[in-house]
Amino acid sequence: MSQPSSELMIEARAVEKWYPNGFQALRGASLTVRRGEVVVIMGPSGSGKSTFIRTFNALEDFQKGSITVDGIVLSDDLRNIDAVRREVGMVFQQFNLFPHLSVLDNLTLAPVLVRKRPKAEVEQQAWALLERVGIAEQAGKYPGQLSGGQQQRVAIARALCMEPRILLFDEPTSALDPEMVREVLEVMQNLAADDITMVVVTHEVKFARHVAHRVVLMAEGEVVEEAEPEVFFTNPSHQRTRRFLDQIL
Amino acid sequence: MNSQLRRLRAELFATPADAALSLVLITLLGLGAFGFLRWALTQAQWAVVRVNSTLFAVGRYPVEQQWRLWLLTALLVAASGATWGLLRAHPRPDRTGVRWPRNDRLAVGLLALIALAVPWALALTLAIQSRWWGLLLLLVLCRWLAGRHGANLSPTGRRLAALVWPVIYLVGMVLISGGLGLVTVSPSEWGGLMLTLLASSFAILLCFPIGVLLALGRRSDLPLLRWGSVLYIEFIRGAPLITLLFLGQNILGFLLPGGLAPERVWRAAWVLTFFAAAYLAEAVRSGLAAVPRGQLEAARSLGLSYPKALQHVVLPQALRVALPAMVGQFISLLQDTTLLSLIGLLELLGTARTVMANPAFLGRNGEVYLTLALLFWGCCAALGLGSRALERRLDPHAVPSAT
Ligand SMILES: Nc1ncnc2c1ncn2[C@@H]1O[C@H](COP(=O)(O)OP(=O)(O)OP(=O)(O)O)[C@@H](O)[C@H]1O
Ligand SMILES: [Mg+2]
Repeated sequence: MSQPSSELMIEARAVEKWYPNGFQALRGASLTVRRGEVVVIMGPSGSGKSTFIRTFNALEDFQKGSITVDGIVLSDDLRNIDAVRREVGMVFQQFNLFPHLSVLDNLTLAPVLVRKRPKAEVEQQAWALLERVGIAEQAGKYPGQLSGGQQQRVAIARALCMEPRILLFDEPTSALDPEMVREVLEVMQNLAADDITMVVVTHEVKFARHVAHRVVLMAEGEVVEEAEPEVFFTNPSHQRTRRFLDQIL
Repeated sequence: MNSQLRRLRAELFATPADAALSLVLITLLGLGAFGFLRWALTQAQWAVVRVNSTLFAVGRYPVEQQWRLWLLTALLVAASGATWGLLRAHPRPDRTGVRWPRNDRLAVGLLALIALAVPWALALTLAIQSRWWGLLLLLVLCRWLAGRHGANLSPTGRRLAALVWPVIYLVGMVLISGGLGLVTVSPSEWGGLMLTLLASSFAILLCFPIGVLLALGRRSDLPLLRWGSVLYIEFIRGAPLITLLFLGQNILGFLLPGGLAPERVWRAAWVLTFFAAAYLAEAVRSGLAAVPRGQLEAARSLGLSYPKALQHVVLPQALRVALPAMVGQFISLLQDTTLLSLIGLLELLGTARTVMANPAFLGRNGEVYLTLALLFWGCCAALGLGSRALERRLDPHAVPSAT
């Protein structure tokens, strides 16, 4: 496992968010993530995990607090938002592959359109990435022809093709059949060995134990506990964490 | 043969009740067909169609300028053949293509039959008949050439090739109306099938972008845009087309300063366009609603701007879903052009009415209306076939899934 540097990649301070219907989903959530670090976020359903990581690439806005990603301050400035999204990749629970494009085109679309890189060069890279996640032979197929595990691996490769410095995962294995969970976790574990910074919302305890540098518990829109995996799972300091662990372990 | 007979028997005469129903239906169908054929072959006098075939085709377009329309037809035929061949030469990436599938051979056979039989039945002069044969040959030749060599075309080349269509459309406009050194033929001299196709293709082409914008406007976050779109769509959908057509003829002249108001044909074409756009917007809206939110989010999280995400991710999926409904709109638009006859334009129905008003063809309405119905049916069938082919080509799920 590579060691994170001291450079801050994500710095979220006391973030508060209200949804348009008036519901407050984040109540002062804070988190810092250093470069190369793998942070796992756990917490009960509805605690605001998705909302929180979606603020990191401006898929959700927030009303109070501040978020700095890779040195860019997130504000309403659209140029900042575009800049951040180029540096931050996201993998969704529902894969969200583009069903009308072949697997290869799913990977090449954004680098060609956003980074304006030559198509041939991006395709080479896409092949290498598909090779890496173990599905190069499916490059010509459409997402609808792949299994869930294969789709999620394509989604990871698609995010990687933009060469992001940060990857966000929102419950990447929750929509998968048990036998496919492992193939996706293996790919993620492989990535973690690289320099890339990862924030992962997941309930996979084994992954959190063996891959994460830090595990975070969210509850009611706040970050309650933050600790190294060993400590988090064996000797958490908060009652709330113990109760949560009792439920999932 | 025997097995087919057995299958027929199993399907039609499985139970006594089925058998009785089948017998009744077969008898009725037989009687209908017999009556129709007897009328068509013994009583009907097809001279009315034969004599007026040019009128039905192009109205009172000056004879000495009609070569321009032949040229346009030839361009369209060549482009169709080339497109058809190119599509076969470039099957979808996940499929292996056959260059001459059975349906294509059938289609060529059918077209050949039409190109040989119809001009002959209309008793056109041999010179004109041979032009139809030439068009058929041109089609097959372009289809063959493009199918054979199209695979060598680079993606950029293919994209350029697609540009042929808008270019032909513009060239066609010039050929029909004149200008650029050609004698001007004013829109009041256009008519028949040509005017019908011109008005409907104009409206179809323009209502599409307008309809998409309206649909997007209706989902926009900007209240002004949203309410504007809603108001427009609901107003147009609440008014009968014929009133809008009359309104267009009367009002456009007042609204626009002298000389700027377009000619009557164009006024009607614009009204058709704006009318169809409102309906199309609703079809597109249902398509947009069918695209999951996650698609836009995934595109945005990859760094695509909103317009790019719409263009490359959301709209292609939404339009595919909306395609059947949109083609339904296009087909009714084509049929709605008959209303132009009520404001005095000589499109197909208008032409037909002038023909029937001619004392020489008194009482020949049946023949004329049947011809019209066949022509419209042919155009709509072509639209429907084209759209189904497009749907199949665009649907990534129409292929057997890998297990
Ligand atoms: N668009 C929305 N409008 C209003 N409330 C919302 C919206 N999205 C989420 N919420 C609410 O915000 C809270 C946090 O939601 P969020 O999806 O972030 O939770 P989560 O921790 O990711 O839960 P899960 O584990 O179920 O995915 C929930 O109570 C949810 O009902
Ligand atoms: Mg969630």
